[in-house]
Amino acid sequence: MRVGIPRSLLYYKYLPFWKTFLVQLGLDVETSPLTNKQILSRGVEVAENELCVPVKAFYGHCMALRDRGVDAIFVPRVVSVEERAYTCPKFLGLPDMIGAVAGDLELPPLLSPRLNQREKPREFKHQLIEFARERFGLGRAAAVAALENARLAQKHYQQGLLSGRKPLDLLPTSRFNVPRRRPPRSQRRRIGLLGHPYNIYDGYLTQNLIARLEEMGAELVLPEMTDHRLLMQAATDVPKQLYWSYEKEIMGAVNIWTEKKMVDGIVYVLAFACGPDSLIQVLIEHRAREHRVPLMSITIDEHSGEAGLVTRIEAFTDMLMRQGRKKRTAA
Amino acid sequence: MRVTAPQMGNLHLMLEDLFRRMGVDYVKPPPSSTRTLELGAKYGPEFACLPLKINIGNFIEALEAGADTLVMAGGHGPCRFGYYGIVEERILRDLGYDFRFMMLEPFSDGAWAFYKTFEALSPGLSIRKLWKILKVSFAKARAFDSLYKRALEIRAYEVNRGDTTRALKEAEAVMAAADTREEIEAAAAESMAVIEAVDQDPGRDVLKVGIVGEFYLLLEPFSNFGLEEMLGHKGVYLERSVWVTDWIAPHRKNIIFGYPHRLIEEKAAPYLDQNVGGEGRETVGTTVIFAERGFDGVIQLLPFGCMPENIATSILPRVQQDHDIPVLTLTFDEQTGRAGMVTRVEAFLDLLKARRGSRLQAV
Repeated sequence: MRVGIPRSLLYYKYLPFWKTFLVQLGLDVETSPLTNKQILSRGVEVAENELCVPVKAFYGHCMALRDRGVDAIFVPRVVSVEERAYTCPKFLGLPDMIGAVAGDLELPPLLSPRLNQREKPREFKHQLIEFARERFGLGRAAAVAALENARLAQKHYQQGLLSGRKPLDLLPTSRFNVPRRRPPRSQRRRIGLLGHPYNIYDGYLTQNLIARLEEMGAELVLPEMTDHRLLMQAATDVPKQLYWSYEKEIMGAVNIWTEKKMVDGIVYVLAFACGPDSLIQVLIEHRAREHRVPLMSITIDEHSGEAGLVTRIEAFTDMLMRQGRKKRTAA
Repeated sequence: MRVTAPQMGNLHLMLEDLFRRMGVDYVKPPPSSTRTLELGAKYGPEFACLPLKINIGNFIEALEAGADTLVMAGGHGPCRFGYYGIVEERILRDLGYDFRFMMLEPFSDGAWAFYKTFEALSPGLSIRKLWKILKVSFAKARAFDSLYKRALEIRAYEVNRGDTTRALKEAEAVMAAADTREEIEAAAAESMAVIEAVDQDPGRDVLKVGIVGEFYLLLEPFSNFGLEEMLGHKGVYLERSVWVTDWIAPHRKNIIFGYPHRLIEEKAAPYLDQNVGGEGRETVGTTVIFAERGFDGVIQLLPFGCMPENIATSILPRVQQDHDIPVLTLTFDEQTGRAGMVTRVEAFLDLLKARRGSRLQAV
């Protein structure tokens, strides 16, 4: 059986885990292509108008997998990845949202294990073993082994991210995000790139932002380069604990970066109509102001133009580069 | 200490009663107006949902009216509502306002913290006394909700346009004066009689429409341009899925709406088998319930970008197909104009009438 994984949303976080797990279940795994014009425009056409652009793209990725003739599409229901927190409501409802259009779009069946460890830690393990046994008739030992291998693959991936490599360097992909020329290392400025992985690492949705920033003199600092535990710890420095895990990562990153002076500036990418980001944006901008770190928020949607983006990041990096030159002459 | 909380429909009547019993000086925020919304849109985050923006406007206007303590309800997601308070506080402090801020977190977080929040508002309040106050005040709030529910049904049949709304005002006054448990019981009967006394035309052929969607949009007429009253005047019998007292009551039996939460979940399950926060699952489940009860149509209201409702909106087309019930989705933000909404609603009603194949008596 060939299973398709949409190259979208949580792909950027968990692909090594999912792929290894599914392969160990005896499935052939295929991913959809990188987001492109056709994928996005098809997604925009079928998805509800008010959804954020990455979710719209997800619809398009499912259609691309259908066109490739896969037998099933893997759309897990990731409710919660830690105690007392959720992911994002849209991930909670994703299988149902795709399911609602599956008939009209003639999508293959969805594989949607429910992953929820809000009440109990390490609950994933049982839920995935259950999934492997029920859906694929695996023995308990085989399921446990599949899970262990998946965990190792994911660990390996996260170690790569910690060392500063980007998901696109580590995940199967094309050379879409490679910068052409970069200023010499001594002149670069450290820019923290903040945002959800499925936005900032999707070169199509963010108009090749990573490569552009690097070409303009950024030495990128990414949330994934900080140990996850430290990130989560730093995220607790808010008036009330956040209950969205991925927003905690963003909040944690901005807290650590500002406190330890790890960055000269921050570029914050958020999708238009992103619910959780619309609120923590207020806290993030406040935090950056308080610590006098320049921050630029970039909102993306399906209509984002390249020219507008380039002008804005150019102005921002120019400002940081000028600051850098001043500092160097003063020293 | 002068305490305020955001404006939402008739919540102030319930809060007035609760705070009076607690001996708290309550500042009722001025009714939401264009200015309220303008303040909220100006200072609120761009794509935060509409209720948050109106809240900010309410708080600013209440601070201007002399409030010094702001109370906001909390929660633990995944909907944004549980985090509103933190963001609102941050924005207001950045604007330079000085105030005390309190989040009332749900009872399930811990009874002690829940009690302490009330105790901070009314120092010396004992647990026993708080419990008694909450019980009697809640009974009164429920009596209010019963009135509003009945008014939604009756308005469609009123002979003289506006009678129900006038009767409701009168009934509210009767209800508001009640204090003891006995008085509340008597006032509930008396005020209901006031509403029942509205001159009605029982033979009128009315459309039946269910109103579903996001909590705030359903409960605050300012945010939906008085949709319910407008529909009532057009002779549409209404039932609504969301009620303040149903929402507060921990047992979730939905006494006012009439269908327990468990049943709503069951009805939603074939389409959305997961709590997605807010009223997302409830919107799907109650749409099914209205369809099964033979309603002519359903109107879904939501603030622009509401996550749970956007999920429901994505799923409702399938419910419409399976249950053969038309659903009109109306999204609101600070840009929404009344005229556009009225046009869409009228077109929808025309569709429902055509489907019925019978004439609706002109009102």
